Amino acid sequence: MVDIAKEKKQKEYEKYVKKVTPTHSLPLNMAKAFLIGGIICTLGQGILNFAQSRGLDQETAGAWCSLILVLLSVLLTGLNVYGKIVKFGGAGALVPITGFANSVAAPAIEYQKEGQVFGIGCKIFTIAGPVILYGIFTSWILGLAYWILKTAGIA
Amino acid sequence: MDQTKGKQSIEFQEGVHILSGASIVGKKEGEGPLGSCFDLIGEDPMFGCQTWEDAESTLQKETAQLAIGKAKLEKWQIRTIFAGDLLAQSIASSFGIMDLEIPVYGLYGACSTMGEALSLGAMAVSGGFGEYVLSITSSHFGSAEKEFRFPLEYGNQRPLSATWTVTGSGACVLGKKGGKARITGLTTGKIIDYGLKDSLNMGACMAPAACDTIYQNLMDFNRSPGDYDRIITGDLGEVGQRILFDLMAEKGFDIKKQHMDCGIEIFDNAAQDTHAGGSGCGCSAATFASYILPKLEKGEWKRILFVPTGALLSKVSFNEGQSVPGIAQAVVVEHC
Repeated sequence: MVDIAKEKKQKEYEKYVKKVTPTHSLPLNMAKAFLIGGIICTLGQGILNFAQSRGLDQETAGAWCSLILVLLSVLLTGLNVYGKIVKFGGAGALVPITGFANSVAAPAIEYQKEGQVFGIGCKIFTIAGPVILYGIFTSWILGLAYWILKTAGIA
Repeated sequence: MDQTKGKQSIEFQEGVHILSGASIVGKKEGEGPLGSCFDLIGEDPMFGCQTWEDAESTLQKETAQLAIGKAKLEKWQIRTIFAGDLLAQSIASSFGIMDLEIPVYGLYGACSTMGEALSLGAMAVSGGFGEYVLSITSSHFGSAEKEFRFPLEYGNQRPLSATWTVTGSGACVLGKKGGKARITGLTTGKIIDYGLKDSLNMGACMAPAACDTIYQNLMDFNRSPGDYDRIITGDLGEVGQRILFDLMAEKGFDIKKQHMDCGIEIFDNAAQDTHAGGSGCGCSAATFASYILPKLEKGEWKRILFVPTGALLSKVSFNEGQSVPGIAQAVVVEHC
């Protein structure tokens, strides 16, 4: 009985806190994310077009595109600029490959002081690690499903 | 002689004097509204060191020496140090005051640690366990972000309820006599948990604890909010302050006229982009040592209630789904 009363009180407090806590404006944040994400993607498309115009096939041009975007993001992370871009653009800057690069470069810089093995080695993927793990896991599941469907003659 | 008062409080028969207060802060704090109050402002966030942790230790050591100097004492005259910070195993304090070669008690009370340090220091002096003691805490934006959140260069959006960890340290020398302010009473806080799990809304996590301690103080001393010139919480920020007003109103007290929050005072939230305010052990400590204490010494305020607030969490407790309980330690300080 006591626990139910306590739980109810906690729920009420949570609801009350939610009411009095200010939040960012969602439409404004989405607009900013659209702008920043759009700029990054346009930049990527520009690199892709340029590479292809120099005679590279689509796949090689794509690789160059990722490479250059990652390099740019890592440089901007080191110069402490990328964090400011994300603060403004939110997911628009986090979802593209540049955000991924930022999440790997930032721990590398921060934990370098703790040594090559226990610092950089252990902690470089603290933020990106879950994305990598579950990304690979999801593709394995999809692969398995595809294989089953194929064996069954459906796909 | 029994000096306890009410349920959770202590009333010292003879007040414990605060001989001096000293503070050193970082650049951002120096640019804030209280900038001209601090003793020193470090332009270099690393304070000449290689790591954030080392920087915080240096900050604490320098502040301790400054406070001892301002009290016109030599370091051998300090019987005990009560010190704490936010880092795991309190390494900022350990490595900071190691070189001073003064006996030490290391404390952890999250951002309420300055309240804890002043309380225990005052008890030690009052009980005759040292002529002079030093109470000190520190926090550093860089080391706190690393300890509790993300690497500094990682891009993320902080919610509006988030607070900005103050880079700073504050210290006070306590003694039997001297100085123009004295600690006359304490109310030790309970750990209060309203079940909130949002570590980025610490004001809301700590407000119930602040309310509990302030209410208990008023009950134990049989006082009303008007008996204090100011009731000053540590780092509730704008969200926590609003909640504290509501919670106190529920208990039948209006503290709007007296209330002040170190976290709100230390930064200009709109101009400095700190969202809800400042936080950290250094926030209340530096504000107390350089803004609150001088006002008491001058007699501008006769009696205040200083209530540093702490959110008791770690990365592990947070990841394991625990809530974020709060604690608040109240210290009554009077002009003399």
